[in-house]
Amino acid sequence: MTALEALTFAPPPDPDAATEALRQEVRAFLAAELRDRTPQQRAESWSAADPAFSRRMAARGWIGMTWPRRYGGHQRSALERYVVLEEMLAAGAPVGHHWVADRQSGPNILRNGTEAQRQAILPRIAAGTCSFCIGMSEPDSGSDLAAARTRAERVDGGWRVNGTKVWTSGAHRADYMILFCRTGPAAGEDRHAGASQFLVDMQRARGNGMTVRPILDMRGAHHFNEVSFTDLRLDDDALLGQEGDGWKQVTAELAFERSGPERFLSSFALLTEAVRVLGPAASERAQVAIGRLCAHTLALRRLSRSIAGMLQAGADPALQAALVKDLGNVLEQETVEVVRLLIDTEPAAPEDATLAAVLAHLVLTAPSFSLRGGTREILRGIIARGLGLR
Amino acid sequence: MSDLLTDAAERLFAGRAATEQGFDPALWAAVAEAGFAAALLPEDAGGAGTTVAEAMALLRTAAAHAAPIPLAETMLAGRLLALAGLAVPPGVLTLAPVRLADRMALHRDGGGWRLCGSASGIPWARHAAAVVVVAEAAEGPAVVRLDAGGFTLAEGRNLAGEPRDRIDADTRIAAEAAAPAPFDAIALHAAGAALRSVQIAGALAAALALSVQYAQTRVQFGRPIGRFQAIQHSLAILAGQSAAALAAADMATDALARALPPLLVGAAKARAGEAASIGAALAHQVHGAIGFTREYRLHRLTQRLWSWRDEFGNEATWQAAVGRIALAAGPDGLWPTLTAA
Ligand SMILES: Cc1cc2nc3c(=O)[nH]c(=O)nc-3n(C[C@H](O)[C@H](O)[C@H](O)COP(=O)(O)OP(=O)(O)OC[C@H]3O[C@@H](n4cnc5c(N)ncnc54)[C@H](O)[C@@H]3O)c2cc1C
Repeated sequence: MTALEALTFAPPPDPDAATEALRQEVRAFLAAELRDRTPQQRAESWSAADPAFSRRMAARGWIGMTWPRRYGGHQRSALERYVVLEEMLAAGAPVGHHWVADRQSGPNILRNGTEAQRQAILPRIAAGTCSFCIGMSEPDSGSDLAAARTRAERVDGGWRVNGTKVWTSGAHRADYMILFCRTGPAAGEDRHAGASQFLVDMQRARGNGMTVRPILDMRGAHHFNEVSFTDLRLDDDALLGQEGDGWKQVTAELAFERSGPERFLSSFALLTEAVRVLGPAASERAQVAIGRLCAHTLALRRLSRSIAGMLQAGADPALQAALVKDLGNVLEQETVEVVRLLIDTEPAAPEDATLAAVLAHLVLTAPSFSLRGGTREILRGIIARGLGLR
Repeated sequence: MSDLLTDAAERLFAGRAATEQGFDPALWAAVAEAGFAAALLPEDAGGAGTTVAEAMALLRTAAAHAAPIPLAETMLAGRLLALAGLAVPPGVLTLAPVRLADRMALHRDGGGWRLCGSASGIPWARHAAAVVVVAEAAEGPAVVRLDAGGFTLAEGRNLAGEPRDRIDADTRIAAEAAAPAPFDAIALHAAGAALRSVQIAGALAAALALSVQYAQTRVQFGRPIGRFQAIQHSLAILAGQSAAALAAADMATDALARALPPLLVGAAKARAGEAASIGAALAHQVHGAIGFTREYRLHRLTQRLWSWRDEFGNEATWQAAVGRIALAAGPDGLWPTLTAA
C-alpha cells in the first residue's frame, strides 16, 4: 500500500431504510426533549451534562449501541450509532454525561478489560448511569503524552499511584477515570514502553489519596480539573488491559476520541442561529457565506460517515480521523468568524437567548477546538506520517 | 469491475499526457477505442453498461494525468443526446451554452429548424464533430445536434491551454437533429459543474502525490525537505483539501445519478473549487522554483485546477445557490435539508 492509499476514505455506506427510520425516531425524541432548550444551551452540546437526559437516551437504547447485548449493549451498527450521534449534536442535546464513556472508555474496556470489568461497568454505561473522565494530560505532558510521569508502583495486592493529571474534563462529576501512567522504569530508549492504564473508581479514590481541584476556564466555567494522586491505593483488578500495553491502548482510545461528528459540528448551533436571524431574504453576501459553511459541512459529513463505515468494516481509520478532525476544527472556528462579520452584533453575556449569546459562547470556546483531543499541530504530524513523510 | 476499469484507464493514461499540449488525437483514439467516451451513455445508445460512478472514476483518472482530451464533454454531450432520444454520433462532442448568460434560440424553419445565437467558452469546439446545444424554443428547451461546419468559430483557451472557443450559429437544423429536452440550460450548467468537481478531485489528488514525492526527494540543508515540519504541515493541509475534494466529487457523482439537486451540485463545486485554490497554492509552495517551470509537470495540474474552479460557476456562485437553499429551509429545516442532500 502506498502512503496515499493509506489516506483513502472508503465510500460512505448508503443510507438505508433502517437508519433513516432511526433518524426520524431520534428527531421525534429530541423535538420533545429539547423543546425548552435555549440556543446558547444547545451550543454547549456535548459539554453539557444532564444525567437524567442520558438515562432517557439509554432507555431508548442509544448508549453503548454497538456493544454486545450481554454487556447491556444493543448490537446496532456503527452507522446507526453515527445517526444518533449526529442528530444529538445537530440539535444541541446535553449528551455530556455519557459522551466520553460511550465514545472511548466503554470501547476500551470492551476491547481490553477483564470479563469482570466488562460485567461491572459496561451495563452501567449503557444505562446512562456511569460517566468517565480521561486521565491523560499532565502539567509536563500535553502533546507529548509519552512523557507522562504519573506512576503506579506494584505493592502487595495492588498498586500505589503518585502524580498529577490536568485538564481532566468532568473529573468532578465522573464515576471513573481511565488513568494513563507509568508502571515500568522511567522512559528510556523506547518511550512508549512501560506505561499502563487503570480504572480509577472516583468515589472510592476521592479523599483516599486522590484530590480533584477545579480549574476554571477563561469563561469562568468549571469544566476541567487538576487531579492529584498521593499514594492512592488501587486493587489489582484496577489494571485495564495488560501491564505495559498502555501506549498501544491509549493510541487506540485516541482514535475513538477523534473519529466522531463532534469534531466538526461544535459550531452548528451558531450556523442555525445565523440562518434564523438572516432569514430567507438575506443579502447575496450572506447567501455566499452561509452556503460556504454548508458546503463544508456536507463534505465533512461525507468524510465522517465514511469513517463510521470503516469502523463498521473493522478497518482502522486513525489517519482519516485525524484528517477529519483537523478539517472539522477549522470549520468550527471559521464559522464563528464568518457569522460575526455577517451579523453586526456584539457577543453578549449569556443571559439573553439570542444569537449574541451563542456567539459569545462560541467566541470564548473556539480556541479549545483545535487543542482538545490532540492539537492541530499534532494532527498534522499524524497526517504527515500517513503521507510517508515521517 | 470498477477496479479493473480504473486500472485499465490508469495504464492507458500513464505517461502519455505529459508530452502534449492542446488536443492529443492519439490518446483520444485510444480512449474512444476503450469505450471510455461512451461511459455515460445508456446501453441502448451505445454505452458499455458502466455506472455513473464508474464513468466518474474514469474522468478522475484522466484528470489526474492532465489528459488533454475532451472526455468530460464528450461523455456528457452524448448522454444529453441520448436522454433526448437523438442519435449519438462518433467522435468528439461538446456542449453549449456553458455560461448562464449565453442563450441560443431554436425556431421552426420549414420542415426543420433554425438555430441562432452565440456561446462563448465552449470547450474543445474546434475539435468537435458536433456541439450539443440546449436551445430555447417556443415549446420549451430543446436539444440540438449542431454539426461541425454549422457554426463559425473564434478560438480561445483557458489557463491550461485547453480549447475554449466562441461559436456563432445561424444555421438550418434537420428535423431529426433536434428534440424536446428533458432538462434546460440551467441543468446543463449544473451537470458541467458536477463534472468539473470530479476533475478537480482527480487533478488535486495527483498534485498531492507529486508534491509528497517531491518533498521526499528534494534535499536541502542536508535532508529531504519533507523532514521539515513546516513542509509536513503544508502537505497535511493539502491532503485535507484533497480529501475534501474527493468527497465533493462523490457528491457530484451522486448528483449526476439523481437529477442534479442544486444543493448537492452546489456544495460539490463550491467545496472542490475552494480545495483547488488552497491545494494548488500549497503544491507550488512545496515545489519551489521547479514547479514554476514549463518543463516540470505540476503546472499541467494546477493550471487546470485554476481553470476548472471558475468554469460552470465559481465557488461564490455555487455557495450563494447553497446558501439560498439553507436560508429558505430556516433554522428548523436546515439540518434535515443537509442530511437529505
Ligand atoms: C477544553 C479542553 C478539555 C480537555 N480535556 C482533557 C481531558 O479530559 N483529559 C486530558 O487528559 N486532557 C484534556 N485536555 C488537554 C489536551 O489534551 C491538551 O491540551 C493537548 O493535548 C495539548 O497539550 P498542552 O495543552 O499541554 O499543550 P502543549 O503540548 O504544550 O502544546 C502547546 C503548543 O505547542 C504545540 N506543539 C507541541 N508539540 C509540538 C510538536 N511536536 N510539533 C509542533 N507543535 C507542537 C501544540 O500544538 C500547541 O500549539 C483538554 C484540553 C482542553 C483545551
